[in-house]
Amino acid sequence: MMKLITGNAPHLRSKDTTSKVMIDVIIALIPALIGAWYFFGFYAFFLAILGAVVGEAFELFIMRYLRKDKSFVPNGSAAVTGILLAMNVSPATPWWVMILGLVFALGVAKHAFGGLGMNIFNPALAGRAFLLTSFPVYMTTWYKPALSFSKWIDIQTTATPLAILKEKGFSHMNVSYADLFFGSRAGSIGETSVLLLLIGFAYLVIRGRIKLMIPITYIGTVFLMSSIFYFVSPEKFGTPLFHILSGGLMLGALFMATDMVTSPMTPKGQAIFGIGCGLMTMLIRYFAGYPEGVSLSILLMNAFVPLIDRYTQPRIFGEVKS
Amino acid sequence: MNLATFKGGVHPPEKKELSKEIPIQKSPLPDKVVVFMQQHTGAPAKPVVEVGQKVKTGQIIGEPGGFISAYVHSPVTGTVTEVKKISNIIFGKAVEAVVIQRESEDEWELLPHGDYEKFSKEELLDIIKKAGIVGLGGAMFPTHVKLNPPQDKKIDTLIINGAECEPYLTIDHRMMLEKSEEILIGIKIAKKILGVNNVYIGIESNKKDAIEFLKNKWKGQVIVVPLKTKYPQGAEKQLIYAITGKEVPRGGLPMDVGVVVQNVSTMYAIKEAVVDGKPLVERGLTLTGEAIKRPGNWWVRIGTPISWIVENLGEGFKEGIENVKVLMGGPMMGIPINNLDTPIVKGNNGITSLIPEEQRGTFCIRCSYCVDVCPMGLQPYLLDLLGKKRKYDEAVEVGLLDCIECGSCSYVCPAKIEHVKTIKLAKKVYRALRGGKK
Ligand code: SF4
Ligand code: SF4
Repeated sequence: MMKLITGNAPHLRSKDTTSKVMIDVIIALIPALIGAWYFFGFYAFFLAILGAVVGEAFELFIMRYLRKDKSFVPNGSAAVTGILLAMNVSPATPWWVMILGLVFALGVAKHAFGGLGMNIFNPALAGRAFLLTSFPVYMTTWYKPALSFSKWIDIQTTATPLAILKEKGFSHMNVSYADLFFGSRAGSIGETSVLLLLIGFAYLVIRGRIKLMIPITYIGTVFLMSSIFYFVSPEKFGTPLFHILSGGLMLGALFMATDMVTSPMTPKGQAIFGIGCGLMTMLIRYFAGYPEGVSLSILLMNAFVPLIDRYTQPRIFGEVKS
Repeated sequence: MNLATFKGGVHPPEKKELSKEIPIQKSPLPDKVVVFMQQHTGAPAKPVVEVGQKVKTGQIIGEPGGFISAYVHSPVTGTVTEVKKISNIIFGKAVEAVVIQRESEDEWELLPHGDYEKFSKEELLDIIKKAGIVGLGGAMFPTHVKLNPPQDKKIDTLIINGAECEPYLTIDHRMMLEKSEEILIGIKIAKKILGVNNVYIGIESNKKDAIEFLKNKWKGQVIVVPLKTKYPQGAEKQLIYAITGKEVPRGGLPMDVGVVVQNVSTMYAIKEAVVDGKPLVERGLTLTGEAIKRPGNWWVRIGTPISWIVENLGEGFKEGIENVKVLMGGPMMGIPINNLDTPIVKGNNGITSLIPEEQRGTFCIRCSYCVDVCPMGLQPYLLDLLGKKRKYDEAVEVGLLDCIECGSCSYVCPAKIEHVKTIKLAKKVYRALRGGKK
């Protein structure tokens, strides 16, 4: 017997789903992950896979057993958090440290706030901040690029370019712009290759998965700030290009600040958010105790998103401009 | 080609190929019709016939129940067998209906009619009112009221809506190709009533043949404006914006910017009434969707049960289908019926039978897609959130009442949030709490 089904308009829905959004983000991160394998050895790549698998498993556990949602089906968002956390830690971080960070990211930053869509702070960055305070040594020891697909890990430590700038000055820089662009430099797992990050980013832009205003204003602000300070003292503050290519700026501006859940909803709001991230990042880089400020600035700006959303509402059709 | 359009909107699959090549055919007459006394927005009509009474085709069976209301006529010649309240999903409440058993071919009871140029504006409006004509694009607003705006509103433009942006539906497309002369006469009558000289017709670019055809046919009389194919291009405010660049103010009506919008089928009905004396007792509609065996475009009498149409005109549903969704109208804004015997009403431009698919949703992931597509510049995710939290006043502040319920937001949402469901409910509750005012 045929059944007459009712339901709510619209009766046509796009085929797009939350999982498809998440899969697109994962696809976009793959070039940088393969780069990480080449630059820092297979262990770095392994950490990202571990993050994805453990992330999904842990979220399934939280949803099914702690939040008692028996119908929950994994949607990929926890895998994204796991991979992004891995990309934000040092290449030789012990696997169990990574997992602790992930447990914090998903358990506290995400689910204690209500779960997918409700969290204020970017879970991966919150996890990283947790690790930075709990395991400062692991989180601030950096390694020379291995430049080989056949190594497991390389344990020659070195300083990151941003640390060199901060401690010694720009004339002591040991890497070229090309190194910075292609990724052959010390840094966290997923941040070093600007080229590979841009390739993944281009994919997201084509797929319409990016709030474009954020990276544009974020990187633009960094460029403006560093241009001004370049004229004050190139030796102390470095060049604009250096600031754009080094540290976690590209990873942060392209993939962390653009996290859908924790960024503003309108282009105007996204611009304010991006500019805020840019200003904070540079102020930390120049004047704070840490050489790098990307993660912290994004987390700080995350806290302002509800406020930004409130004051940047779009103009309603037919509303008289006042 | 530079196509006129609006900001936002979506591109659902068009699915017009199912029926767009099929000419409109005349349906045989049904044996039984069920005619609701509510065939329009506003007050229901009052039945003026009794059980056992013989009625002719076109005879008045319901009189207006208020200023915004409309006449209702018998669609067939026969005997009234029942006058009763029938619950139905279209109006969400039980509505009085007159059931008529057909007994013979049509014996018409016609209105005064003839050469429209001889009638005065008032006479024309009266014929339109007596003919029970309402907006046939789906809104069902009484046409004699819409064509007679208050004195202080200066109307300078008449826009004919030939956008037909709802996926699947093709009746307006066929009307433009097959009934262009009749529609033009209807337009001339509307022009005379409104006293306007600027007449446009907006047609989506997916109906190239109609655009080219009417450009030739109506040269010098109606300006044909090709529109970008994008949903909801045919929504009144979006159509006016695309064609004139004017925004209807918030909470306002098209007449506030000097415009009246009319659907092509309504223009045809006006011609039928004024020139031929026929009240609105039948209309063209598209019978379509994946679940129906034979899609097509048909002239159908008002009050014909959908079950009859599906069986006799559509050759039934395809075999092997377990679940079916039958919509009055198209898939974006159509109403799913819960009883196949529901009769068609004046605003019914299509019957779309879909094979429903289950889609699993998540929480809102704040992708902002809904904000990007909302043609009214609203924040659908926020309206959904506030509606669910029952914060109705806050929702109104951020535009709850501006929502045109087009469904673009729910269409695009990856999390499968049902914004429109929440919004409709929130509007209802808000209005109830405000004592029906505002
Ligand atoms: S489209 Fe859906 S998931 Fe995206 S912001 Fe709107 S409600 Fe949220
Ligand atoms: S909020 Fe209303 S007007 Fe905006 S897209 Fe959704 S249904 Fe359409």
